[in-house]
Amino acid sequence: MKETILLTKHMRENPEDSHSLKSYEKNGGYKTVKKVLKSGSPEEVLEEIKDSNIRGRGGAGFPTGVKWGFLAADEERYLVINGDESEPGTFKDRILLERDPHQLIEGMIITCFAANISKAFVYIRGEYAKPARRVQSAVEQAYEKGYLGKNIFGSSMNLDIVVHLGAGAYICGEETALLNSLEGRRGEPRLKPPFFPAVKGLYNKPTLVNNVETISSVPWIMSNSGKDYSNLGVEGSTGTRIFSLSGHINNPGNYEIEMGSSFGEFVDTLGKGVKNKAIKAYIPGGASAPWLRGDQLDVKMTIDDVANEGSMLGSGAVVMMDEDTNLVLAAKSLVSFFAHESCGQCTPCREGTTWLENILERVASGRGRMSDIDLLLDVCDNISPGLTWPPKMTTICPLGPSATASIVSLMKDFRSEVEILLPRKVVIS
Amino acid sequence: MSWEIERLEKAEKIIEMYPQKRSALGPLLYLAQDKDGYISNESIVEISTLIGITEVQVQSVASFYSMYKQEPTGKYLLSVCKSISCEISNSSNVIESVKDFTGLSNNETDNENLFTYESVECIGACGGAPAIQVNYETVEGLTPDKAVDLCRWLKEAEPEVIVADELQEKFGGVKSFDWAIEENAGTSSPVPGFQTYDTVKEKK
Repeated sequence: MKETILLTKHMRENPEDSHSLKSYEKNGGYKTVKKVLKSGSPEEVLEEIKDSNIRGRGGAGFPTGVKWGFLAADEERYLVINGDESEPGTFKDRILLERDPHQLIEGMIITCFAANISKAFVYIRGEYAKPARRVQSAVEQAYEKGYLGKNIFGSSMNLDIVVHLGAGAYICGEETALLNSLEGRRGEPRLKPPFFPAVKGLYNKPTLVNNVETISSVPWIMSNSGKDYSNLGVEGSTGTRIFSLSGHINNPGNYEIEMGSSFGEFVDTLGKGVKNKAIKAYIPGGASAPWLRGDQLDVKMTIDDVANEGSMLGSGAVVMMDEDTNLVLAAKSLVSFFAHESCGQCTPCREGTTWLENILERVASGRGRMSDIDLLLDVCDNISPGLTWPPKMTTICPLGPSATASIVSLMKDFRSEVEILLPRKVVIS
Repeated sequence: MSWEIERLEKAEKIIEMYPQKRSALGPLLYLAQDKDGYISNESIVEISTLIGITEVQVQSVASFYSMYKQEPTGKYLLSVCKSISCEISNSSNVIESVKDFTGLSNNETDNENLFTYESVECIGACGGAPAIQVNYETVEGLTPDKAVDLCRWLKEAEPEVIVADELQEKFGGVKSFDWAIEENAGTSSPVPGFQTYDTVKEKK
């Protein structure tokens, strides 16, 4: 198994200065946008994106062309890049921001041309100070060259980009929470409907919210074609995708691959395997995704295949847990994360995640009660009725249900690891 | 004490970047924290005047986000990651060693105002787990011993500028990915070093 290098090509071939304008241009950067602005039309760009069948790389996997297609008409529209990458296990946007910021900017200009937008934001999580500095420098270089601002590349198009830092709230990765945050409010997800920011988004104006990796793919799609892109990967999961591999693995890192091979092959070849150990369980798509077992490594890495197994490919974060892993502590770490990051708007999530954390804490430390398994599942059920996947929810956004994923996985496949920590029934004969 | 002229000028520049003034609230809170090490009441008043919202509205936003501090932080904010990839890579040992060396519990600052310690959720350094941030500059591939070495070095050398590459080279190990070119810039206060806030400093 080999990587297919599209988005990470320039940064790999020019490690010494891939983030600079000079290096980007020397290697063909900004040629595509110049061509598009000179001889293309917004309709043509939209067609290419639709042909590529690219689906959003943030986690939900929504078809990008469709999203762009229903951006409502208005004089004032915005593009917001979601660079709030905070899903535990994920560090792929970090490399794109840090090592190839001009690729993102070129993608943004093409997107804004297609959608007739003249003001765009890059929302980057506050902890990504260094990646944000690189993007800000790139934006400043682009302004100096006339690639941003008024009449860019000598065309009639105007575009301003503002780089905005978040301040440590996972929930701002949820697009409506991100928009509230960008408006200077608490990062609380908005009630739906309206379901799509493309109808009512930033300042209640039509807004495209796209992931860093999605928009970084746009220059490649436009310099080749939507069809070329759709020929990569498999149907329903076209193109390449950057997977972040971490946990008990010999060779952790970001790998750009075509979707469609199995997790096992990925781990054994690119990840160089797990040290003399078997894999007990793994997370196929970030902290929100239900776990898969070590005997499920033949599952194909596509959005639909992972969904068929009752989990999700999510943000592309693959975390391997070997046979020595204490899965109760792993689940506790995940649940604590969601308890900490719950915005507090919805009672089932605010109270439920905290209780889940407390109960798991006492179970892990040997102070559990026999009724705790049922209690954990009951609290989960209050957040996500039926405990199905994809989840139903009693909350405004999917954060609450995400907190139940690891507990449900634990109870479904590894219940004995919990039971052994609980007091035994004494049977008197 | 209200903001000095330079800070007010920075604030005006930031406000101009946005279609609506209130959007500048986040960046202005960072400006406040750069000044005092936390969001002071004086800064809340200043910001509410600058963007025309009430003081309570400012405070309500400030208290929502974990990177806006409600109490003064030390010169170096130590944030050790405890999320899943770090957790299963023994971050708890790193956490213990940092707590031991500094003598601090979560969200505490020492009497010298040198260190503030916090354990935090995922900082996107999972490939280089376990990881730490010092004033939001990342160091990956730590061990408990290296973490102590890092804290000791900060205490003894008291660098004015925290530079990720320097700390990584001295105390780090496995990285999430190749960081490529070395950088000389970082931050000199417990806020992200970012051009817009004028908090990026070069190491001498």
